[in-house]
Amino acid sequence: MTQFQAETTSTEESLEVGYVDNERLLPELVAHLREHRNRLRDTWAQRVTESNLLEAMTAQEMAAETTLVYDNYVEVLETGSVEALQHYARDLSERIIPRGVETHEVVGIVLLLRDVLARSLFEKYRHDPELLNRILDAYEPAANRIANTVAVSFVEERERIIRQQQDALRELSTPVLPVRERLLILPIIGVLDGERARQLTEQLLLGIRAHRAKVVVIDITGAPEVDETVANHLVQTVDASRLMGANVIITGLSPTIAQTLVTIGVDLSKMYTIGDLQGGLEEAERLLGYTVTKQGGDIT
Amino acid sequence: MEQGPAPVSILRQGPYLVASIHTALDDTQMVRFRHDLIEAIGHQRARGVIIDVAALDVLDSFGSRTLHDIAEMARLRGARTVIVGIQPDVAFAMVRLGMGTGTIPTALDLEEGIAFLNGATDMVPGSFGG
Repeated sequence: MTQFQAETTSTEESLEVGYVDNERLLPELVAHLREHRNRLRDTWAQRVTESNLLEAMTAQEMAAETTLVYDNYVEVLETGSVEALQHYARDLSERIIPRGVETHEVVGIVLLLRDVLARSLFEKYRHDPELLNRILDAYEPAANRIANTVAVSFVEERERIIRQQQDALRELSTPVLPVRERLLILPIIGVLDGERARQLTEQLLLGIRAHRAKVVVIDITGAPEVDETVANHLVQTVDASRLMGANVIITGLSPTIAQTLVTIGVDLSKMYTIGDLQGGLEEAERLLGYTVTKQGGDIT
Repeated sequence: MEQGPAPVSILRQGPYLVASIHTALDDTQMVRFRHDLIEAIGHQRARGVIIDVAALDVLDSFGSRTLHDIAEMARLRGARTVIVGIQPDVAFAMVRLGMGTGTIPTALDLEEGIAFLNGATDMVPGSFGG
């Protein structure tokens, strides 16, 4: 009847007796869980609250979620279809991650449900230890699999969101802006780590080609600090830009960064630096042959 | 080199030679290219050489070393060399492996390369290209 049991038998031939048992026992235990649905769900919800889990949710949401999770749980036990649960877990994650629910909470509530149900099975069958054993044999692997699926789905969903945010951040954080024909500026705001520095180089080199830039001004006024790796990366970026025929002017080196660079001994002989962005732009305009005249002058 | 299209074409453009590398060259082809180009500088009395590497998506250390040698030899034969069309990926890979083009000038593309040579060889812009 189920994918789950088919797998169990194919992997464990010696447990054929268990297979016959499962055929018979799983429907029985599912029926039991359905019959006492409301009582078990309430016990579970109460234990979730007692354990201070899902505090971000209102009582109403809790009731709705617990009912849904409970029904799905029993359904997956019955059908062995993890896909339905996977789908539900992803859906649940999408809704609760923005409210700050943590991984341990999600895993916690699923494990609590597993325990509440196990306890109820235990009570029902304790008069017959042998039957109880077989019931638990049928129940435990299925329950563990569910807990596993929910945890994995939740973490995956979280990672997906983190990746999405990283991508968005990355796109925002390395703008390459044309200010005049053949002149680009690249303002760097915030901490430059290795990954961002790599991204920056890529964007810059592509930008040089796309805009046919001859001069690039990199302004690092907004960068609080650089370490040795990033400093070397900057030097390499300057060299690579030169290979593509563009001169790089670096502006806005803070006193801290200037001290760091000299102290860690990065080779700066090839770096062309100017105090601030304004000076850098003026120098770039000079290199490109622009003159900017105030009030009614013409820009050649 | 004998069969198929030549991996490098050397064309005359006014007082300059334009050498376009069309595919990745192995070491033998690279040496052959060096030889052909240095010959051509003399025959054509070229004042400048533009080496276009836009089609290359990788440039190994032998390649960049050879380009450097060519530039040096061309200088001895009376021609300035400029390398054009280095792709972004290639540029960064070269720098990271510590094998820039040394002292050879580079420019973005053919047009820039010609403009550079015009400046470097004191040619009047527009005095060539017919």
